[in-house]
Amino acid sequence: MHGFANPARFLRIARWMTPLLLISGLVLGLGSLWWGVFKAPADELQGETVRIVYLHVPTAWLGMAGWMAVAVASLTELVWRHPLAGIAARASAAPGAVFTAICLVTGSLWGRPAWGTWWVWDGRLTSMLVLLFLYFGYMALASASDQDGQGEARIPAIFGLVGAVNIPIIHYSVLWWNSLHQPPSITMGKSAMAPEFLVPLLIATLGFSLLFGGVVLARMRAILANAQAEARLRRKAMTEDFA
Amino acid sequence: MSAIKAKHQRLILVLVAVIALIGAGLLAAWALRNQASYFYLPTDMAASPPAADRGVRLGGMVEKGSITTDADGVTIHFIVSDAKARIPVTFKGIVPDLFKEGSGVVAEGKLGSNGTFVADNLLAKHDEKYVPREMKDMTEAQARAAVKETK
Repeated sequence: MHGFANPARFLRIARWMTPLLLISGLVLGLGSLWWGVFKAPADELQGETVRIVYLHVPTAWLGMAGWMAVAVASLTELVWRHPLAGIAARASAAPGAVFTAICLVTGSLWGRPAWGTWWVWDGRLTSMLVLLFLYFGYMALASASDQDGQGEARIPAIFGLVGAVNIPIIHYSVLWWNSLHQPPSITMGKSAMAPEFLVPLLIATLGFSLLFGGVVLARMRAILANAQAEARLRRKAMTEDFA
Repeated sequence: MSAIKAKHQRLILVLVAVIALIGAGLLAAWALRNQASYFYLPTDMAASPPAADRGVRLGGMVEKGSITTDADGVTIHFIVSDAKARIPVTFKGIVPDLFKEGSGVVAEGKLGSNGTFVADNLLAKHDEKYVPREMKDMTEAQARAAVKETK
């Protein structure tokens, strides 16, 4: 992993990986959404409203996966002091927050026809809302620590690790506590979902995950480019001061 | 101690902190197991009935064949059950689309002194199964076999 410690090497790989991930993610994501909306069957009980699942489940997965990425990168930053880890964690937070927000909105739109309510304070919905607020907290901490300089850079990393406690709570909320949200349809090795729904859903999940990876790489490149430009400006200002 | 690299020392520290955090999270979840539940199951409600004037939620399955409608056309009676207990429910109003016999429901209201739950709101709770509409025309045995295949 320390092969990537050299940002120049990382950038060489990220340069072609970013468009590859973004384009393949867009093609797979939009293609499977089209499949889900126009080709996949309606559900026996829910009818046409079931089609929102093709957006709701991938965004829910990425909202949680985004924080797992923040946590793993934070761990790498704290323990191994990997120079790119902090940047990777910062780059993952905003797309994770966006996916969490889309998950909450699509879930609310789905809850109205399926359950008869836009929102309830059950374990699953509440813990997912907490995840969104954790993202906001992380982003605020990260931007504050960036302004402070390098000394405080580890505080968002600690927050990223602590916040990971919420991820198993989200996952098990529907199993530990009675909730309006149903238990997971897809668990290790089996699915309570007919293949007509499952196949486009898995492809949508793969597509959105690739898209997520592409956005993270693009944001990491932007953060590195920013740091480089700032360093250059600082050097220039220094030489002008002494001239 | 000086033999331990700084890197490993940090790793151990962080791991201990993470384990302590997960333990704290699990403890909190365990402590919340009653408060964080969204509804009572019929078994819970039969074992320790809530006060008559307290608003609570009752969740379970609508028993097959239990829905009856009064002469006014908007008051319905049905039985919410889990594996062990059954509680009769009365509700007046419009039911959600997914409210059906043999499927899940969460009723908000109060438990009357006669043991009947008077609901002022119904929420449909669907299970984790997704079955294409085309399968509705199959016989029940065929549909069950098709569902089993997807497991």
